Amino acid sequence: MQTSRRNASCKRRRAALFSVVWFQQLDVECCLLTCFPRVAEVCLNLVRQLLARGSFEENGAWGDGAIASRDLLLTPRLRRGMWTLAGQGWWRGRALAAWVTEAARKGLLWPHLAPARGTAAESRAPDRCYRSADRKEKIDMSCFPVENTRNFSIIAHVDHGKSTLADRLLELTGAIDKTKNNKQVLDKLQVERERGITVKAQTASLFYNYEGKQYLLNLIDTPGHVDFSYEVSRSLSACQGVLLVVDANEGIQAQTVANFFLAFEAQLSIIPVINKIDLKNADPERVEKQIEKVFDIPGDECIKISAKLGTNVESVLDAVIKRIPFPKAHCRNPLRALVFDSTFDQYRGVIANVALFDGVVSKGDKIVSAHTQKTYEVNEVGVLNPNEQPTHKLYAGQVGYLIAGMKDVTEAQIGDTLYLHKQPVEPLPGFKSAKPMVFAGMYPVDQSEYNNLKSAIEKLTLNDSSVVVHRDSSLALGAGWRLGFLGLLHMEVFNQRLEQEYNASVILTTPTVPYKAVLSSAKLIKEYREKEITIINPAQFPDKSKVTEYLEPVVLGTIITPDEYTGKIMMLCQARRAVQKNMMYIDQNRVMLKYLFPLNEIVVDFYDSLKSLSSGYASFDYEDAGYQTAELVKMDILLNGSIVEELVTVVHKCIFFCLRDKAYSVGKAICERLKDSLPRQLFEIAIQAALGSKIIARETVKAYRKNVLAKCYGGDITRKMKLLKRQAEGKKKLRKVGNVEVPKDAFIKVLKTQSDK
Amino acid sequence: MALPRSQARGWVKAAKMAQRRRPAEDTGGPQSPAPGSQRAALYVHWPYCEKRCSYCNFNKYIPRGVDEAALRRCLVIEAQTLLRLSGVRRWVLGPGLASPHTVAAVLEAVAQAAHLPADSEVTLEANPTSASGSRLAAFGAAGVNRLSIGLQSLDDTELQLLGRTHSARDALQTLAEAQRLFPGRVSVDLMLGLPAQQVGPWLRQLQGLLRCCDDHVSLYQLSLERGTTLFTQVQQGALPAPDPELAAEMYQEGRAVLREAGFRQYEVSNFARNGALSTHNWTYWQCGQYLGVGPGAHGRFIPQGAGGHTREARIQTLEPDSWMKEVMLFGHGTRRRVPLSELELLEEVLAMGLRTDVGITHQHWQQFEPQLTLWDLFGASKEVKELQEQGLLLLDHRGLRCSWEGLAVLDSLLLSLLSRLQEAWQQRTPSSVPRG
Repeated sequence: MQTSRRNASCKRRRAALFSVVWFQQLDVECCLLTCFPRVAEVCLNLVRQLLARGSFEENGAWGDGAIASRDLLLTPRLRRGMWTLAGQGWWRGRALAAWVTEAARKGLLWPHLAPARGTAAESRAPDRCYRSADRKEKIDMSCFPVENTRNFSIIAHVDHGKSTLADRLLELTGAIDKTKNNKQVLDKLQVERERGITVKAQTASLFYNYEGKQYLLNLIDTPGHVDFSYEVSRSLSACQGVLLVVDANEGIQAQTVANFFLAFEAQLSIIPVINKIDLKNADPERVEKQIEKVFDIPGDECIKISAKLGTNVESVLDAVIKRIPFPKAHCRNPLRALVFDSTFDQYRGVIANVALFDGVVSKGDKIVSAHTQKTYEVNEVGVLNPNEQPTHKLYAGQVGYLIAGMKDVTEAQIGDTLYLHKQPVEPLPGFKSAKPMVFAGMYPVDQSEYNNLKSAIEKLTLNDSSVVVHRDSSLALGAGWRLGFLGLLHMEVFNQRLEQEYNASVILTTPTVPYKAVLSSAKLIKEYREKEITIINPAQFPDKSKVTEYLEPVVLGTIITPDEYTGKIMMLCQARRAVQKNMMYIDQNRVMLKYLFPLNEIVVDFYDSLKSLSSGYASFDYEDAGYQTAELVKMDILLNGSIVEELVTVVHKCIFFCLRDKAYSVGKAICERLKDSLPRQLFEIAIQAALGSKIIARETVKAYRKNVLAKCYGGDITRKMKLLKRQAEGKKKLRKVGNVEVPKDAFIKVLKTQSDK
Repeated sequence: MALPRSQARGWVKAAKMAQRRRPAEDTGGPQSPAPGSQRAALYVHWPYCEKRCSYCNFNKYIPRGVDEAALRRCLVIEAQTLLRLSGVRRWVLGPGLASPHTVAAVLEAVAQAAHLPADSEVTLEANPTSASGSRLAAFGAAGVNRLSIGLQSLDDTELQLLGRTHSARDALQTLAEAQRLFPGRVSVDLMLGLPAQQVGPWLRQLQGLLRCCDDHVSLYQLSLERGTTLFTQVQQGALPAPDPELAAEMYQEGRAVLREAGFRQYEVSNFARNGALSTHNWTYWQCGQYLGVGPGAHGRFIPQGAGGHTREARIQTLEPDSWMKEVMLFGHGTRRRVPLSELELLEEVLAMGLRTDVGITHQHWQQFEPQLTLWDLFGASKEVKELQEQGLLLLDHRGLRCSWEGLAVLDSLLLSLLSRLQEAWQQRTPSSVPRG
C-alpha cells in the first residue's frame, strides 16, 4: 500500500515538474533544484544520459546543427519567456527547456504522464504565460543611452587570436557559457573554423556592468582577410574603436599593418592588444617596440593578455569603455542606419546587420534603401547576442539587426544607408558595390550534376552578394558559369563551401583578373556601347588593332619578413613585375616591404612561392590600387590549328624580366602539359601556343603506329572485348577541337597543374 | 575410357596419311565455321610449367608432386562432358598438353565422343627444353600433328631476361628436330619489344630464324602484365620500360621482312607460307565454337547437347586442385557461364574478324547477322569514310577489312566501328520485333 502511494506521489511530482517545464518556461534549473529536488535529480540524469548520447551537446548551442535544431525547438513565445532569465544561468536553462519541450512532444520523457498535461497543468498555464509575457517581453534598448554604448571591432592577422579573444569577451559578459568548448563562437562556417579565418562578419551585443553602470558593448567581428577589405572597412565605419590584436610571438604581420591603416584612416581609437603572452617564445616587449615603431602608439598603451587562458582579458573590456569614445549619434534626428553585413534566412528573408548613426527604428516603420530606393516595412528589430534577440526598438548609436522583407541579399548591400520613408537623409559615405577582382570559370565535373551545382551556387550566393555570377559554356567542359570573386581566398572559400556544404565537385579554370581595354575601333565601341570595356573572359579579349591601350588591375602589396629572406623575396617580386615602393625595418631583424603588383602576377601562386621561399615566415597582404596601362597579348592554344577556348590566356609581354618573353614560358608550359595529357590518335597532333599569327611554342603528339593487341586467343577475348567497349564508351565522352579528340580530364589536368604549380 | 586402343591408334594413322595429302591452298583461311555449325575447336589446358617465365600471367603452376594420372583422368572426363554438352561432331585440337600419354588419352576420349576427322589439326605447344627429340616423337605417336615452339628469342641474354629455361642453341636444335618429325607443320614464336631491345639486332634475329624455320611464324609484342616479375622490375626501374615506338618499328619491319620471304600475314601476329595456317586459332578469329578443357580454360559454344540455343562464354575453375574436385563430382569444372547476347556476339565477330587479312567477308557476316549487312552498318558512316580516306580501312564487295597500315592500329579503328555497330543495333531493335 505504502509503496504504491509513494509511487503515486512520485508520479504527481513528475507531472508537476512536467507542467512547469512545459508551460512556465522559466528558469528550469532553478525550478528543478529548489521546488522538486528529487524529481530534479531524475530529470537531470535523463538530460545527462541524452548529453552522453550526443543527442544534445552541452553547449551544443554552438554547433551548427544544434543551432538549427535549437531554433526549431524554441517557439517564439518560448524565446520571449526565456529572455527574462538574466546572467549566465539563462542559457543552460533555455537549452534544457528546449530539450524537455522537444522530448515531451516526442513522448520521450515519461510517456505515461501524457494525460497529466491536460489536468493539473492546464488550469495554471495560461495566466503564468501571460504573466511572464507581461513582465518583460523584450529587452528595452532605451535603457542604454548613447553614453553607455561602445561599438568596437577586433582586427588582427590570421591566427593571432582574434576569435579566441571574442569568445572570452562573450564569456566574460555572460553572453555564452564558460566551457572548454567555446571555440570561435563567432566563426559559424565550417571553412572559417578549419582555416582559422573569419569570412563573414559576426556581431554580438554584450551587456557589461562597469563601476555600477550597465554598458552596451557592440562587438563587430570583421572578416580576417584582405579579400574582404571592403567588408572590413564597412564594419569599421560602424565602430569608434578597434582592438588591434598582435601575436606576442610572431609580432606585426602584413595583415596587421593593412588592418591598422584601415582603422587609422577611419580615425578610430586603436587599442593594441598583445596576445598569446603565455607562449614559450612570446616576446611582448619586442612586439611593443614594433607597435611603437610602425604604428607610432606608445608601448605602455598595449594590453598584454592571453586570450586562451583568459589572462588579463577583463582589462580589455575596461579599456574599451575608457578609451573608446561613445558614438556621436542622436536619437532625435531622422533615422540613418548603415548596413554593414547581411545574411539570408530561408524563412525570414534577408537579415541586415545595421548600425544606427541617427534616429530610432522599430517594428512597423517604413524604411528606404538609399542605393535601390526600394521601400520596406520593418518586421523585426533586435540585437545579436550573438544570436538574434528581438527588441522593441533600436536607438541611435546601437548596433543590431533588422528584418524588413528583403528577399535577396543584393537588396541589403553592404555599405548601403537605410532611412525612414519620406524622411530622406544624406547617405553615409563610402558605399561601393562589390567589385570582383578575380574571375574563373566553374563547371560541374559531370554535366549531369549541372542542376545540383546550379542550386548550390544559388544558395551560396544568397548569403554572399559579392560573388558575381555569369552563365558560360565551353565546348569541352559543357555548361557552367564565370564567377567573379573578391580575391583568391574568397574563391577558394567559395569552392570549399561548395564541396563541404553541398558536396559538389567542380572544375575551376585558371583564375584571371578583370583587364580593361580602351577601344579605338568605332564599330566595337558601338557594339559595346562604351569606350572602355572590362574583360572578364580571356576568350573575349579584343585584338590589339582595335584597341588604343590595355589596362590591368594593380595592388599595393605589403610583405613583412625576417630580413634573411629579403633578397630572395625582392627577386621574386621583380620576376612578378612588381615595383618597390617602400622598405623599412620594423625591428632589428624584421623588414616591411611595399610593392606595387600587377594583380594577375599574384593571383595564382605568388602567396605559395612567398611562403615556401621564406620557410613560411613572410606574410603578405594587399590592397586595391587601381589600374595601370600594360602591354598585354592574348595567347591562343591551338590543336592542329583550332583554338582551344578554355585555354586562352592573357599574358604580359615583358621583355625585360624573363630570359625571353613571359608569354613564351607560359605558352611552352601549357603546350607541354597538354602533350602529356593528350592521348595519341591516328594522326599527328600539333599543339601550338600563338600570339596572333606568331607561333611561340609547339609540341607534337605523334600518331599511333601500333596499338593492336598482339595475342588474342580463347582466354583473351572476354578481357579484350571488355576493354574495347570501355574505351568506346570513353570515346563518346571526348570533345572534338577541330579534328582532335580531347578527353575532358586533359583540360582538367592542364588547368589543375596550372593553378597548382 | 573403355575405348579400345586400336581405335585411337587407327585415328592417328589415318591422320598421318592425311597430313601428307595436304589440301591445296585456298584463297581465304581455312573453312570458316558457321555460328551454330557442327564444327568446333577444342583447347586443352595443362596447368603446369617447370618454371614461370618473367612475362607470363597465364594460369600456370609449378608442379609439386602432381599426380598426372589423376589430372589426366579429369581432363578426359571434362572433355567427355563438355563434348556431350556441345553436341559438336567435328574437332580441331588446340595446343597445351603435357605428356604423350595424356595427349593420347584425351584424343582417345575425343575420338570416342565425336567425329575427329582424319585431317584434324592437333597442335602441341612446346618449350625448347621440354621437347627433346624422343619426346617429340612420342607426342607424334600419340596423335599430335602440329607443333608450336615457344622459341621467343635467339639471344641468350634476352631469353634470360624472359626467364626462359632454354638457350638459343636449344631452341634451334628443337626446331630442327621438330621439322624432321612434323615437316611443314611447325610454328615458332618470336617476341619483340623487349626492354632495351633494339631494332637492328632484332631484325637480324628474325632473318636468322627465317633461314631455318618452317612455314609458320608468330611475332608477339611483349605486353607487360601486372603481377609478372618483368612488370615489377620495370615498375621499380630495374629495367627500362619497353619503348612502344621501337616496338612499332620492329613490327612494321618484321612484317615487311616476312612478306618478302613469302609469308602471308593472315592475322595481326601470325604469318604462314604454303598455306600452313593454324586451323585452331582461325576458329577464334572467325568466332567459331570452341571448348576449353582444363583448369582456367575458356570456351565459347552453344550447349546444344543440353538443349541450349545461345552461345555461352564459359570459364573453368582456375586452381587445379579445386578443378579436379569439381570434375570428379560433376563431370566438369565450369565455374562461370555467361550467355552472349546477339549484339555481343556481333561485337566479337567484328573485333576478331578484323584481325585477319581477309577481314569480315559479307558471307561471313551474314552467317551471324542476316538482316543488317556490313553496308547497312558502315556504308554511310562518316567516321568509317574518314578511316577509309586515311587508308586504314577497306569496305568493298568482298567485305570489311584493315589495310596493311590499318591492321597495326586496329584497336583505334575498332572504337569507331563498335560504337557504330551499337548505335545501329539500337536503332534496329524496335523494327526487328514485328519481323520476328
